[in-house]
Amino acid sequence: MSNIALPNEASAERSDSVDIRAPSASADACERAGGPGSSARDSFEARSHSASEDARGRAGDTRPQLGSSARAMLRHARYILGENAVTGFAFALFLVIVLAVLLGPYLVPYDPLVSDTAAALKAPSGAHWFGTDQLGRDVFSRVVVATRLDFFIAVASVALVFLMGGLAGVAAGFFGGWTDRVVGRVADTIMAFPLFVLAMGIVAALGNTVQNVVLATAIVNFPLYARVARAEANVRREAGFVQAARLCGNGEIRILLAQILPNIMPIMVVQMSLTMGYAILNAAGLSFIGLGVRPPTAEWGIMVAEGAAFMVSGEWWIAFFPGATLMVAVFCFNLLGDGLRDIVDPQRRT
Amino acid sequence: MLMMVVKRMLIAVPSLIGVVIVTFLLTRALPGDPAAYFAGPAATKEAIEQIRVKLGLDKPLYVQFIRYVGDLARGDLGNSLTTGQPVGHEIKTRLPASAELTLLGLMVSMAIAVPLGILAATRPNSIIDHLCRVISTAGVSLPVFFTGLILIYVFYYLLGWAPAPLGRLDVFFSPPPHVTGFYLIDSLIAGDGEVFVASLTQLVLPALTLGIFSLAPIARMTRASMLAVLASDFVRTARASGLAPFTVVVTYAFRNAMLPVVTTLGMVFSFLLGANVLVEKVFAWPGIGSFAVEALIASDFAPLQGFVLTMAVMYVALNLLIDVLYGLIDPRVRIEA
Repeated sequence: MSNIALPNEASAERSDSVDIRAPSASADACERAGGPGSSARDSFEARSHSASEDARGRAGDTRPQLGSSARAMLRHARYILGENAVTGFAFALFLVIVLAVLLGPYLVPYDPLVSDTAAALKAPSGAHWFGTDQLGRDVFSRVVVATRLDFFIAVASVALVFLMGGLAGVAAGFFGGWTDRVVGRVADTIMAFPLFVLAMGIVAALGNTVQNVVLATAIVNFPLYARVARAEANVRREAGFVQAARLCGNGEIRILLAQILPNIMPIMVVQMSLTMGYAILNAAGLSFIGLGVRPPTAEWGIMVAEGAAFMVSGEWWIAFFPGATLMVAVFCFNLLGDGLRDIVDPQRRT
Repeated sequence: MLMMVVKRMLIAVPSLIGVVIVTFLLTRALPGDPAAYFAGPAATKEAIEQIRVKLGLDKPLYVQFIRYVGDLARGDLGNSLTTGQPVGHEIKTRLPASAELTLLGLMVSMAIAVPLGILAATRPNSIIDHLCRVISTAGVSLPVFFTGLILIYVFYYLLGWAPAPLGRLDVFFSPPPHVTGFYLIDSLIAGDGEVFVASLTQLVLPALTLGIFSLAPIARMTRASMLAVLASDFVRTARASGLAPFTVVVTYAFRNAMLPVVTTLGMVFSFLLGANVLVEKVFAWPGIGSFAVEALIASDFAPLQGFVLTMAVMYVALNLLIDVLYGLIDPRVRIEA
């Protein structure tokens, strides 16, 4: 029983009472049903193996095993962070961003909204690290303060789209039939639009607010999540380990959540890391066009747009620093997601 | 196979109907009042009302919709309120500019991304793997409008190599005679080397901007799915059977890794068309993207509807093509259809 039950222990215990098959027999059946997609089973097996050293002498009770397998997971994460300098760097960068989100407004040297025309269009110096813009506002302060807004938009829209798109896609790929048709139709309708223009249209139609930017970003990303999840679930719906789980008496919903979903997570994590960055880019792009966040609010996209005109006349810093910060933040999210994949994906674990 | 294509085409029809409905509703929900805009700032209430009646905006929404669909059936996309030009004509003249730019951008990125992804996956944690990670993450991290501005600053302002970022062709040249609408191809047909070079130099920076942007998802997905496939049993078996490494990677692994890559390609195209809007704005490119932005800002819904519909038709056709490719690459998918 251990192999299948581990990911969802509580419900497994409940199902024990109704499961008339002998636990050892069903475990055997699951053991034999390997197949190309049995990675989830492998991963849990591997995790419980490494955990078993700590849990020795406490046989029979699976709860401490789970706790120590979480610790083993952490150790593994640390191992990967240590081994891969790039991921470690991205993680450090992520901490800096979080710090800027939490404390940014209290740390900056100037008020991001106060203009000082005497000091307009000054190149970067000791007093103004990133220079000043056409109204004499400190670019550094504005860049730091903008972090909170951009970060909020990204996190909110990715969480929203994962809930909507990921689950709908997995269900569509696994169940097929009308679920597949409905999800596919919705996704196709959204996909038939150039995503950025659809986002423009949604924000313009619903009103020029940050909430609508979040909503628009989530909606345009829906097909991305739904299609990838669907394609992956579809290939696995008749895989050996799914049939084995079915043979063990698991319900379809349970197989979907405990077998299919964990197997798809690596691809979904890559997808989420990509969209996290894309969400920021999307919001910045919208405000670059003149939609979404409005001036004088400090936001990276607006700041680039304001500096764009000065690029051709040589005042590069107004557009460069917010643009570069935007790039670094997105870069960080993407590296982090890639590193996360190495931690999550059992097939790359050594 | 043919059945699958036909079936897939039938599936595309409701999708298109959905697009027409969504576009219609979305553009009608725009906050600006087209009648007030069309009448101008000095117009009286009566004048605005008159224009509202003339445009059919006073009718209930479903009547407007039926009228709109009727016009569409006759191939009439309406007239732009700002220029008074028929939208269909405008899109037809602007489409080649966008298509030329997008295709060139896609070609640039495909040529770099796919080999890079395969190389990175076959040598995990090597220098080339890290290089692939850095390049692909950096590529997708670059906001297209920012890349474009940096390229303009470096190659136009600092180095002076690139021409001014103002459209498809320098004002000193006249466009080649219209055959395909692609200046590169048309100038070659006309045998005009000078115009070919001139339009190429205009194209290089925006195409590069788009290429850098779309390179990342392709390389990433190639690497990710190659890694997954290379770790699977049948590759191990192929290796154990003593097949040449090249055969294992290209014939066995890459064919199986294609499925997610092809999925990504469809999305990349959608990204490219969206990024097009920003790039066209930065480089003052006279494509349909900048046309749509202008229309959106002016609350001019006829061009916006026309633009979105054109894109929708193109994109549904593209998705169809991708699904057919799916079936060719992975027979498991064909069973469902």
